[in-house]
Amino acid sequence: MKIKLSYSSANRAAAYPYLLYMLVFTIVPVLLVIYYSLTNDEGAFTTANFSRVFEGVYLSVMWRSVKLAAGSTLMCFLIGYPLAYVIASLDTKSKTWLNRDTILFLIIVPMWMNFLLRTYAWLTILEKNGIINSFLDMLHITKLNLLYNNGAVVLGMVYNFVPFMILPVYTVLNKMDNSLIEAAQDLGAGKLHVFFKVIFPMSIPGVISGVNMVFMPAVTTFVVSDLLGGKQFILVGNLIEQQFLTVYDWHFGSAISVILMIVILFTIGIVGAADKDSDGGQLI
Amino acid sequence: MKKLVFAALILLLTACGNAGEPSAATAAKAPEGKLYIYNWGDYIDPELITRFTDETGIKVTYDEFDTNESMYAKLKPGNSNYDLIIPSDYMLEKMQSEGMLLPIDMDNVPNAEYIDRRVEDKYFGTGVTNYSDYAVPYMWGTLGILYNTTMVDETVDSWDILWDEKYADEIYMYDSQRDSLTPALVKLGYSINTTNLDELNAAKDLLIAQKPLVQAYLGDQVKDKMIGGEAALALVFSGDAVFCAAENPDLAFAVPKEGSNVWLDAMAIPVGSLNKENAEKFINFMCDPEVAAQNSEYIGFTTTNAEALKYIPDELKNTTGYIPPDDVFETCEFYRDLKDFLKEYDRAWTELLAR
Repeated sequence: MKIKLSYSSANRAAAYPYLLYMLVFTIVPVLLVIYYSLTNDEGAFTTANFSRVFEGVYLSVMWRSVKLAAGSTLMCFLIGYPLAYVIASLDTKSKTWLNRDTILFLIIVPMWMNFLLRTYAWLTILEKNGIINSFLDMLHITKLNLLYNNGAVVLGMVYNFVPFMILPVYTVLNKMDNSLIEAAQDLGAGKLHVFFKVIFPMSIPGVISGVNMVFMPAVTTFVVSDLLGGKQFILVGNLIEQQFLTVYDWHFGSAISVILMIVILFTIGIVGAADKDSDGGQLI
Repeated sequence: MKKLVFAALILLLTACGNAGEPSAATAAKAPEGKLYIYNWGDYIDPELITRFTDETGIKVTYDEFDTNESMYAKLKPGNSNYDLIIPSDYMLEKMQSEGMLLPIDMDNVPNAEYIDRRVEDKYFGTGVTNYSDYAVPYMWGTLGILYNTTMVDETVDSWDILWDEKYADEIYMYDSQRDSLTPALVKLGYSINTTNLDELNAAKDLLIAQKPLVQAYLGDQVKDKMIGGEAALALVFSGDAVFCAAENPDLAFAVPKEGSNVWLDAMAIPVGSLNKENAEKFINFMCDPEVAAQNSEYIGFTTTNAEALKYIPDELKNTTGYIPPDDVFETCEFYRDLKDFLKEYDRAWTELLAR
């Protein structure tokens, strides 16, 4: 692909600091990870690290991570899309307290708090003697096992990542050309018809950034699964963390990281291809 | 290619240094009054750090780790610049054999004479090294079962209870490979330092069988959880048990009769320290009997300072777990550095958690 830009060389020079930044903090580290994944302690070339990743146990961790991350992404979509739609359809000049700014503000406020703290707070809510169970106990209902299972991990992911779904979808819906919707209505399309034929297809780019922004942190997280999964349900993020921080097998840890990067690239590829089919040229 | 990788690595490591630690370049001219300490979580009375700073004018930067292994992983690259670390016996042995420790100038640590060498002698009874030149004992204790007497009716005196299906989902194991493997190895009658792959795998299988009964594998969180009555049984260190029992009187501690791990944590100075004299001043300060007593009372772990025991109130001294009785001490085993075989433990542990 050839891109012709008429920028002057001075303008181009402005990009150098970032290019350097990218070289030092993105490209070199990735190369190092690859280097580590292909060597052993003596520095000799080996593919043993990769073949170990494909042993049953580790594949099942990988599969579990992808499944939970995909589930969380779907939940984020189901919760986030309708909310983004409602916000975008609210009147901007509304004088009541329930206006766009308030809702957007409420979505962003939790993100001002530390990620770890927000996740920790769920411990207190879900514990055996936590808020929910104390309440159930008061009503003489049997206590529930809410913590240290897949459900708790998905809940933690959805809670932490749902703003990353809402915001891009909202941005796209907000910028949508109203005349297209009006045109559809003039031509006799019903509400549902307008939504599925006009609004939703046009909002796909927002959904795609949302999916990417939720899926990637969800599939790599180790904090959420550590705190809410109690190591009972470790994900690939925990597996990598463990290799670097407690087991100090940097080579195996790097090999898992490389595989994970490939999985993510693959997912982005699928999502991107889906976009091209439905609405070519939107992803610039 | 290799040179390039190395250059890049060095560049990266310098760039990635934690903000709390000085990077190699800036630390070279660090002013005198600084001390960088790396210790276990919840393992010192913070008031003592303030007092040390007040008395000496030395500014202390204090970081925490949660397992010996994570501490080692951080120090191994050799650019962390900590001045004082407090790891356990086997990790000190490993670090010393790998040349990661500096000898301590004992002339600067006169208070070390108060240290009871009994525990240390058991560890180095065969006269393996000149350990005492490299480390000054800090606290010691055992590994055992902390249980909630309102949920457990029977006498707790065997590791078997951690495999009792009656307590499904009521058990916490420790998120640390060697500590969690210990009950399984002891239950099978093997040494907790086994280097026999079959024995290790048998222990791993036992832990896999136990996994459905385990509510979670936790680090320091286990204390809050047990105090809050979130589970019936937990694998904990004796000092943590003493701390928890003080907060929640329903909790009791037992070291199983089959034997367990006895451990000794000690203060040491890692290679790369730029404030060695300050570290020695701090070690001397912590060995002051009154200071050691206050510290021990605060964190609940047993001081190695014989003189300090005189200042410890009887109530604490008589708490089960504070001072392991002689017969318990005799059945217990130290962890040893497993050298290359540690990899197999890593593997067993990774496979357990991945399951």
